Amino acid sequence: MASRGGGRGRGRGQLTFNMEAVGIGKGDTLPPPTLQPSPLFPPLEFRPVPLPSGEEGEYVLALKQELRGAMRQLPYFIRPAVPKRDVERYSDKYQMSGPIDNAIDWNPDWRRLPRELKIRVRKLQKERITILLPKRPPKTTEEKEETIQKLETLEKKEEEVTSEEDEEKEEEEEKEEEEEEEYDEEEHEEETDYIMSYFDNGEDFGGDSDDNMDEAIY
Amino acid sequence: MTQAEIKLCSLLLQEHFGEIVEKIGVHLIRTGSQPLRVIAHDTGTSLDQVKKALCVLIQHNLVSYQVHKRGVVEYEAQCSRVLRMLRYPRYIYTTKTLYSDTGELIVEELLLNGKLTMSAVVKKVADRLTETMEDGKTMDYAEVSNTFVRLADTHFVQRCPSVPTTENSDPGPPPPAPTLVINEKDMYLVPKLSLIGKGKRRRSSDEDAAGEPKAKRPKHTTDNKEPIPDDGIYWQANLDRFHQHFRDQAIVSAVANRMDQTSSEIVRTMLRMSEITTSSSAPFTQPLSSNEIFRSLPVGYNISKQVLDQYLTLLADDPLEFVGKSGDSGGGMYVINLHKALASLATATLESVVQERFGSRCARIFRLVLQKKHLEQKQVEDFAMIPAKEAKDMLYKMLSENFMSLQSIANLIERRQFETKENKRLLEKSQRVEAIIASMQATGAEEAQLQEIEEMITAPERQQLETLKRNVNKLDASEIQVDETIFLLESYIECTMKRQ
Repeated sequence: MASRGGGRGRGRGQLTFNMEAVGIGKGDTLPPPTLQPSPLFPPLEFRPVPLPSGEEGEYVLALKQELRGAMRQLPYFIRPAVPKRDVERYSDKYQMSGPIDNAIDWNPDWRRLPRELKIRVRKLQKERITILLPKRPPKTTEEKEETIQKLETLEKKEEEVTSEEDEEKEEEEEKEEEEEEEYDEEEHEEETDYIMSYFDNGEDFGGDSDDNMDEAIY
Repeated sequence: MTQAEIKLCSLLLQEHFGEIVEKIGVHLIRTGSQPLRVIAHDTGTSLDQVKKALCVLIQHNLVSYQVHKRGVVEYEAQCSRVLRMLRYPRYIYTTKTLYSDTGELIVEELLLNGKLTMSAVVKKVADRLTETMEDGKTMDYAEVSNTFVRLADTHFVQRCPSVPTTENSDPGPPPPAPTLVINEKDMYLVPKLSLIGKGKRRRSSDEDAAGEPKAKRPKHTTDNKEPIPDDGIYWQANLDRFHQHFRDQAIVSAVANRMDQTSSEIVRTMLRMSEITTSSSAPFTQPLSSNEIFRSLPVGYNISKQVLDQYLTLLADDPLEFVGKSGDSGGGMYVINLHKALASLATATLESVVQERFGSRCARIFRLVLQKKHLEQKQVEDFAMIPAKEAKDMLYKMLSENFMSLQSIANLIERRQFETKENKRLLEKSQRVEAIIASMQATGAEEAQLQEIEEMITAPERQQLETLKRNVNKLDASEIQVDETIFLLESYIECTMKRQ
C-alpha cells in the first residue's frame, strides 16, 4: 500500500482504511465534532414504563427486602473484625466480640469440604479431657500466655452463651463439639496489656490439665 | 466475564455476605481457579478470613473446588450462579403459587442456607409456620415432609452430590478434599424418613411441643445428640427447573395474548406433559400425539377431540411457529418449538426496549428490518433451523442488550445503597423511636406519652423518610423487573449457543 510509509509527514488527512466501506461517502457532511462528554443524565424523551404493581409485584418486592435483611442476620454474613478502640477498656475483656478464635459461627459438614479449610480451635477447658500432644515443639512463654488467655476467653464465652435465651442461634451453638486440638497457625494479638495468667477468677482452680505447662499458676 | 457482570456480582456478594466474602468471591471470579494460599496472598487477607469466606461460598454453591496434582486444592467461582441471587425472590414466589406457604418456606430455607438435609428443612419450616399460626396450633412435620416430597418429585429441589461411602479397609491417608458424586437416578430420591413431630414456637412454654422431655438439655432446644437419620444427604433448590417453569409461563402467556385462552391452555398442557422428559436446553419437546394431549387436558376443560385438533392445526400453522407438526400417527404428532419460542420472546423484548426508548417509529423500523431479513433467508431456511447469519446477528443484539441490563441493575443497586447511606442518621433515629414506642406499649404506656415520643421525629423528617421509602421501593422493583428481561435474553442466548 503506497500510503503506508507516507502517512506520517505528508498527506496527514489520509486514513488507513477506505472511508466508503464504512458508509461515509465523499462530500458527505459529517456530524459536528463532540466537544464535551455526553451529559450524565440526559433528559428522557419518553416516559418510562410503569413498574409492576398489584399483589404479585408488592409481594415480591416485600420478599426481596425481607430476604436482604434476613441474610444479614445469618451466620454466613461475615463482618470484618471490629477495629480496636483507641483506648483499651476493661470491659473489652468481657465483651463477646465474635466467634471464638476466628472460628465459624455455623457448623458446616466438614466431611464435604477440603481439610485445609478447617479452622482449628482449642477444646474448652471444661470438657476436662487430657490434651494429647505427642510431638509438640516446646512452647515459648508468649505462646503459653496466649494459651491460658484463650482458655479464659473460651470459658467466659461459654458462660455468657449458656446464660442467654434459646432464642439466639439454635443449632449453631455447638462450640463444645470442636474436635481438633492443634494450635491455630495464626498468631493472635494480646487482648490487653495485662498478662492474663495473673488474673485469676477462681474458676480454673485445679482445672488445668495441660501437660506441657511448667509455668506456675497464680 | 464482562466488567458489568463482575460489578454486579460484587454488589450482590457484598449485600448478602459482607465485604470479606465479596473480596474473595470477586477475586476468584476475576482470576479463575486458585489455591488457598495464593488467594490469601493476592488479596492481602488473612488465611483464616479466606477459609471462612470459602466455606460460606462453597456452602452456597457459588464456589467449587478441585484436587490437582500433588494434593493441591484449587477453588473456582461460578459467576453466573452469583448473578442468580437476584432471582431468589422470584423462585420463592413461584413456589408459593405452586405449593403454597409450606413450599415457599422450604425453598426459601434452601436458598438462604445453600444446602440442608431434609430433616433440617422440615424442622425449620415447621417451626416457622407454627410461629404464624394461632395460639395452640402447630404445624405437623408430616405435612411439611409431604410438600417436600412433592417438590422433589417435580424436580424443584434436588440432592447435592455427596461424599462417596468408602470401604473401611481403604488404606492410606485421607485425601485433601473429598470428591463429591451423585448418581443421576438418585438426584430426586427422597430418603425414607419417619419424621415425627410438630413445629415449636420460640417463646411458648411447651404445651404444643411434641412431648420432648424438657429436662433433657435445658440450654439447647434441639436434639443434637440424637443420630440424624438422613445424615450426609443434602438438598438444594434446582434453579434450572425454575427457569424451565419461567420459560413455560412466558410461552403460555405469549400464546394467550396472541391467540386465546383455549390455545394457551393446550400449549400449557403440552409443556406440562414434557416437563420431565425434555431437557432444559432442548430445541423441541418430545413429540406428543393429539390423543395423548386430549387425555391430558385439565379436568375442567370440555372441548371435543375435533375442536382440539382444529386448535392444534391453527397453532401449527401460525407464523409464530411455536407449535410444529412432526407426524401424522396418533391423530397427529405435535411438538413445541422451544428455541423458536425463546427467539420470539427475546425479539419481542428487544422491540419493546426500542419502542420505549426511541419511540414507536423507530420500533416499526426495527421490526421491519428483522422481518425483512427473515424473509430474505426463508428460501434457504430449513423447517427448524435458523440460518447462521441471522442467528449471529440476533445473538449480538441480545448480548449487547443483556450487557446493558446487567449494567443497569448494578446502577440501581448502587443508587439504592447510596440513598440508604445518605439517610442513615434519619433511619437510625426512626428505628430507635419505633423501638422505644414498642417497648413502651408493651409496658402499658399512655396515649399521651406515646404521642410525645412519636413527635421526636419532625414532620419534614417524616416526609424525608416517606420519600426515601418510596425511592428504595422503586429501585428494588426496577431490579426485579430488569432481571426478568435478563432472564429472557439469557435463555435465548444459552439455547442458541448450545446449537452452534
